[in-house]
Amino acid sequence: MSAILPPSERLWWKTPISGQEWAWIGIAFVWAMIMFTMMVYWHINGKQNLSNEVYKTTTEMFTAKTEAFVKENTIRTETEQNIPVVKPNAKGEAFLLARLWAWYPILELEAGKTYKIHLSSVDYNHGFSLQPTNINIQVIPGYEHVVKMTPTKAGTYAIVCNEYCGIGHHTMLGRIYVK
Amino acid sequence: MATTYRTCPRTGLQFDLDADKLMRWNAVAGVLWLLVGGITALLVILTRWPAIKLLPADQFYLILTAHGIDMLILWIIFFEMAVLYFASSTLLRCRIATPWLGWVQFWLMVVGGIMTNVAIFQGESSVMFTSYVPMQAAPHFYLGIILFAVGALIGCGVFFGTLVVAKREKTYTGSLPLVTFGAMTAAIIAVFTIASGAAILIPTFLWSVGIIKEIDAQLYRMVWWALGHSSQQINVAAHVSIWYLVAAVAFGAKPLSEKVSRFAFLLYILFLQLASAHHLLSDPGMSAEWKVLNTSYFMYFAVLASMIHGFTVPGAIEAAQRKKGFNNGLFEWLRKAPWGNPVFSGMFISLVGFGFIGGISGVVLGTEQINMLMHNTFYVPGHFHATVVVGTTLAFMAVTYLLVPTLFKREMIFPKLCQIQPYLYGLSMIVLSLVMMGAGTLGVSRRHWDMAFSGAPFQYEWPGSAYLMMGLTGIFGVIAVIGGGLWILLVVGSLLFGKKLDGGAAHDKPVPIPDQTVAAAASHTGSEEHVKVPGTVVLAITLLTCFVLYYFVNWKYLSEVWGLS
Repeated sequence: MSAILPPSERLWWKTPISGQEWAWIGIAFVWAMIMFTMMVYWHINGKQNLSNEVYKTTTEMFTAKTEAFVKENTIRTETEQNIPVVKPNAKGEAFLLARLWAWYPILELEAGKTYKIHLSSVDYNHGFSLQPTNINIQVIPGYEHVVKMTPTKAGTYAIVCNEYCGIGHHTMLGRIYVK
Repeated sequence: MATTYRTCPRTGLQFDLDADKLMRWNAVAGVLWLLVGGITALLVILTRWPAIKLLPADQFYLILTAHGIDMLILWIIFFEMAVLYFASSTLLRCRIATPWLGWVQFWLMVVGGIMTNVAIFQGESSVMFTSYVPMQAAPHFYLGIILFAVGALIGCGVFFGTLVVAKREKTYTGSLPLVTFGAMTAAIIAVFTIASGAAILIPTFLWSVGIIKEIDAQLYRMVWWALGHSSQQINVAAHVSIWYLVAAVAFGAKPLSEKVSRFAFLLYILFLQLASAHHLLSDPGMSAEWKVLNTSYFMYFAVLASMIHGFTVPGAIEAAQRKKGFNNGLFEWLRKAPWGNPVFSGMFISLVGFGFIGGISGVVLGTEQINMLMHNTFYVPGHFHATVVVGTTLAFMAVTYLLVPTLFKREMIFPKLCQIQPYLYGLSMIVLSLVMMGAGTLGVSRRHWDMAFSGAPFQYEWPGSAYLMMGLTGIFGVIAVIGGGLWILLVVGSLLFGKKLDGGAAHDKPVPIPDQTVAAAASHTGSEEHVKVPGTVVLAITLLTCFVLYYFVNWKYLSEVWGLS
């Protein structure tokens, strides 16, 4: 009966479902399964999958690793704050540290090469938002996320922080050069 | 103490006077929080509108925190308490169980809501709705939410108790009405949600006062989202119930199939709890397998449920209209629907907006890899303004046009404005959601004070189209605030100055539905044979087509970004 009254048919679960409803349920189910399969398919054949390589870390440990990386691989400094511009090492590894309110250091990559970027935060949650290509990854303190990235096009890219991290959030802008 | 009832002479609905008062107080508290939420909404919009940029950064983040809490939790859950009491005591025509506990619910929620707001407006708790650790708010920020949640849990308890009372005192025969069943779904999800909330907010409160030393930031996100998103699933279950309710009251529609609709609600209970997963798709701490399996609530089974409701609700309306003789062509039933009745127009805009805009964007956003294109961008609030605002809030607004006369015993003032309001609010909110998603697609961040990055060591210039989208967000946001403000004015104005209506004489025994009323009419229109609903089939196929196209367009976008592995 009406939706605000008890069903008129006492044994409502025995009344058959009409063909049009079955058809829609079937279509919706198939579509749900296609969407599910699509994610699996992309893991096999797609070129954009988020890495599973993650290590527990601490503020001290990640800061030390990043500092060592910067010390060894800096090629120049930029801006009044002398932010180091760093090339990934021979193994193609680079560190990118998020903190209040900066991405450290600036990275210089080459198009077409694949790099292992170690991402972590040393204080709050931050958001790695690479613009204008628009890739967005959550950066969480205590977790070192090793993301393999292959830049496609030369240019100057911005890393916007897109996870709210306090009053200076809007000044947290980093940079990646791709040659 | 004896229970007293009244039977509304216009609708035939019967109210236990204790439940009646609880519903009214909860609904009014909800509306007052909506007012606070609406004022904060205006301030947020006027700050994110690049041409205006009203507030300084610190005030913006404070106001944005208040906007999230006051809208997503306080307004909606207060109103949901009223919905739960209505769906149990009123629809089952029985007394409400333990009305005094209902008042404990109400006052705990009032105290908790005020406490959290005090914490926010003191300025030390601008941590956003999500309050991700290790960013810390004042202890009473968390304590307020905990008290509020305990209140809500008690409200669910009163609801379940009332179901037991109705069963034992045999105030209805057979199974629960579908709307009550849907409300029960909401209450069951609420219990799970609040348990998750306790599991994370109690430790976080203890951390804020220094008893616990550290909370893992990833663990917090996982458990918090079992509160944060599941609470939105309470809304989905509640507003879908209201869609069925409005279809029943406005058209005398009966569900196409009780079995299908109830099964779809059951899918919500089984799978919506996994809602936290799709917030973690771009997080480091979970494996790809975990993400893929849990994406959009375990392999899309809850999405399937929403797609079923999206068919059966308009299908029920079409079937009822066709029985009344609106049989010409595919859509006469829809053209001849009461578009001037805000109860129906609000409900229908809610249904279409939720399905086409909120639903499709939600599933696309909740796809493991595609999430990387949109995670934490302005797309996300664009999506949930289509679900929680167009879906839930508009459905609640629509049903209020029904409740003011029957529950508050007042006639709505300015009926012409009442007719316009759902269109003004619903349509502007739909456009707002779309332009927000547009800005997000271009990369613009959510929860961000300044898209010009003033004070940053570098510059990044967003494309001009992003500024255009943000400007449109400002314009349509302001229109939506006007539409929402109009609703508050109309409702509060009607409660204060509307013509008083006869509420029906008090009696001390529950009675069956009187003849010649809306509820009774609904009970007589049902017939068991299946009615063909070709118009709904066309609508559903249109939805699916949009869905498929938009879904694959996003895979195309994804294939063009940097390689990631």
